[in-house]
Amino acid sequence: MTGGTAFRDVPRLEDPPLLRGRARFVDDIRAAGGLHAAFLRSPFAHAAIRAIDASAARALPGVRLVLTAADLNPHLTETRLKVALPSPAFRQTLDRPVLASGEVVHVGEAVAIIVADDRYIAEDALSLIEVDYDPLDAVADCVAALADGAPTAHQGAPHNLVGDFTLGFGDPDAAFASAAVVVRETLSQHRGVAHSMECRGLVAIPDPIEDRLTVWSSTQTPHVARRMLCDILGLREDQVRVVTPDVGGGFGPKLVFYPEEAAVAAAARLLGRPVKWIEDRREHFIAATQERDQVWDVELAMDAEGRILGVRGEMIHDHGAWTARGLNVAYGAVSAMPLAYIVPAYRIRSRSAVTNKVPVTPIRGAGQPQGVFAMERLLDRAAQRLGLDRAEIRRRNLVPADRMPYATPLKTRGGMQVVLDSGDFPQCMAEALQRADWDGFRDRQEAARVQGRYLGIGVANYVEGTGRGPFEHVSVRLEPSGRIFVATGAAPMGQSTRTMLAQLVAEQLGGDMANVEVSAGDTATSPLGLGGFNSRQAVMAGTSAHVASIKVRDRVLQVAATLLEASEADLEIAGRAVRVTGTGMQVTLAEIARAAAGLPGFALPGGRAGIAAAEEVVIDPMTYANGSCVAEVEVDAGTGNIAITRLSFMHDCGRALHPRIVEGQVLGGIAHGIGNALFEWMGFDDQAQPVTTNLAEYLLMSATEMPHAISIGHLESPTPLNPLGIKGVGESGVIPVAAAIASAVEDALSPFDARMNRVPIAPHDVVAAMLGDAAR
Amino acid sequence: MSEDRSLARRVNCVVNGTAQAAEVSVRRTLADYLRQDLGLTGTHLGCEHGVCGACTVLVDGRAVRSCLMLAVQAEGCAVTTVEGIAPDVVTLHPLQTAFAKHHALQCGFCTPGMLTTLLEFLEEVPAPTAEEIRIVISGNLCRCTGYEPIVAATLEAAAVMRGGA
Repeated sequence: MTGGTAFRDVPRLEDPPLLRGRARFVDDIRAAGGLHAAFLRSPFAHAAIRAIDASAARALPGVRLVLTAADLNPHLTETRLKVALPSPAFRQTLDRPVLASGEVVHVGEAVAIIVADDRYIAEDALSLIEVDYDPLDAVADCVAALADGAPTAHQGAPHNLVGDFTLGFGDPDAAFASAAVVVRETLSQHRGVAHSMECRGLVAIPDPIEDRLTVWSSTQTPHVARRMLCDILGLREDQVRVVTPDVGGGFGPKLVFYPEEAAVAAAARLLGRPVKWIEDRREHFIAATQERDQVWDVELAMDAEGRILGVRGEMIHDHGAWTARGLNVAYGAVSAMPLAYIVPAYRIRSRSAVTNKVPVTPIRGAGQPQGVFAMERLLDRAAQRLGLDRAEIRRRNLVPADRMPYATPLKTRGGMQVVLDSGDFPQCMAEALQRADWDGFRDRQEAARVQGRYLGIGVANYVEGTGRGPFEHVSVRLEPSGRIFVATGAAPMGQSTRTMLAQLVAEQLGGDMANVEVSAGDTATSPLGLGGFNSRQAVMAGTSAHVASIKVRDRVLQVAATLLEASEADLEIAGRAVRVTGTGMQVTLAEIARAAAGLPGFALPGGRAGIAAAEEVVIDPMTYANGSCVAEVEVDAGTGNIAITRLSFMHDCGRALHPRIVEGQVLGGIAHGIGNALFEWMGFDDQAQPVTTNLAEYLLMSATEMPHAISIGHLESPTPLNPLGIKGVGESGVIPVAAAIASAVEDALSPFDARMNRVPIAPHDVVAAMLGDAAR
Repeated sequence: MSEDRSLARRVNCVVNGTAQAAEVSVRRTLADYLRQDLGLTGTHLGCEHGVCGACTVLVDGRAVRSCLMLAVQAEGCAVTTVEGIAPDVVTLHPLQTAFAKHHALQCGFCTPGMLTTLLEFLEEVPAPTAEEIRIVISGNLCRCTGYEPIVAATLEAAAVMRGGA
């Protein structure tokens, strides 16, 4: 018997406190005697620091501490954040400092920390610090950064190349030599900001008596944060606890360990008092990591029947000023490009360029939207050349269901072969097309054109690597109270992680989710953890929870059988008790836990102590989700406005643990994708000075921009890679949307022979295209 | 500077039905007063420049950005925050119930501002259309949900509230 909680729409555990305003986000934590930090940030994209005078700031009443790099570094055992994922493709080491010393390399880089009695005073004091900057040439563009003779983003650096790798297989040059059709495009996606509605923040609470430090942080990776704090502050793991409160969205940048976390923790230890720092929105614009800037020069070779022969080209990735994660976004983009299709030969050289901009790390999608954009735009171009329907050319090239599992020649960043484990990509696209009434569109388009209206439709497919391994920790323990305590290294940030784990645990242990307590993202309750990113937590933590719960279930039944003097086969767990099927005999979970806790001198039931299991189920291969998006747009010829009149999305993330949550993840991703396609543009001038630093200048999707006609459908191709058959879903929605919308806008503007090769597409881009502005 | 007594004023207001009186720095925002002085941390600060709407509270029944209003401006006002929406500790308001049912919140950070904004609106427009709801929440940003579940929840809550009236 199972609990009836998994694979269905149960109420979320997270909702009641969030709805009542009784949740606890990091800024809601008040520590007695707590102080507040503010950071002085560079106003220049690139400058030498000649001198800093903080005496006036230190003299301001209420200011407790002012630290520059020179003040802080003697207290640190490591002054740089060594966070880079390993890669042989690195050409420079760019570990960023806790506080800038001698040189600043992007606007927003932290130069000094001020700690004061309250945030008002701390911010007052910022303006009292005098920094003598000597501005230097700034590198604002990733393509120009790699040109011969370009100024360097860091003084004394040999060049601006930080990463260089070529991903490939087969013989692309032979493929191009034999091709019937070759199309080539230059494509780009622009940099955007993650904009979780809650910005970053932490509260560092030192305990001078025990010489320990507790850090409440709005992070996606608490265990990484603990390791970094230990390295930087010279502490042992048992001295540092990092714990996540409720986290108001992550979307990627909160997986990074930041200079502010190190500086605030160090300041708290120096002062012996709690210190809180809460990022404000302007800081989020200039100090939280960003993503998407890439420029692709790629070509596609096809035979006369529209079958892909090969892909080759180059991609330049804007790395920002420091290595805050690795070359993973560039790698993810290039490896995502061919995934949905049979591509016999492939070679893309990727170069990551250092610029004087905020470091780049994954934001929802993590390079995959760019790779998909490149592939899908080339397929549209090839379809035009061959006179094929855009859906038909994709149909001829999608990896067919009967080839699953499909071993691609690609390797992951960890060197493991990419094997598409399951899915029916052609069926998925067919259902998306059907929802969109693709076949009826030409009639709608022609009818509209007669009225002077421009409708367009576009389609894009994607395959997403989900469930990044190698493991996530989950422990399940039956407490003497009869409560089930679950602890995990997984870190929730709004995806319903606690509900997900409670569903899986209750499924095995009585079906009462209210009896399950989930501690997530706390280094004190989980010895190991990787955290939240890469659409991984349901897959990795879910699997560990499932396996651990079955072990606990077996143990519960073993003890219950002893207590009830019954056969385990006759027992069932129902609610908070185990009963003998068909009789009134039962024993409560509390009684079972107490029996297993032992009595001095008495034998243990089952010969073992306690009822608990901990799992770190290792799953190295990623499981691949997939989907198809069809966008229909109307373009206003007068204003250039693009209205998405209909959006149809089919996706497949295996079995859905909670269908409503899955749909919510997809829909949220779609909204983010529309933002990337039409609105979100993080602007910089030619000196790399950010020019969109508030939410009036930088446009996020609001309710009125959402298409009214959104149709989301689900296929379920269970993966064989985990016992639940599930795949990740958190990033899926965002990946194909920009490609589908660009395709649709181009289709709407086909009378003008427009080319939509970059996103976001603003109204002025549309107008320029209609005016035949070749310079766009 | 904020500690300068000459720059503090006495403020009397009613918050969630309880009278409050305090000496408050003139530059303290209403949001900081509610969150830090009264411990009502359900009101969230998302942008502190009046765009995201997360900090919205009701002041004399009107939806107000508490990051753009000073605490001293609340003199004599009745303020309702998200903590004051549910009728009691057991029961949720129909709008809260509908939000949970329709998965109209994920991380929940924008939710207090959504709820307060919508409560003001539903008071004025008890039978709204979906399009009217989209317009009224267009000043409240949400990065998680894609908004449409919020619209669906509001439509259902409006029907429940009409039926219960």
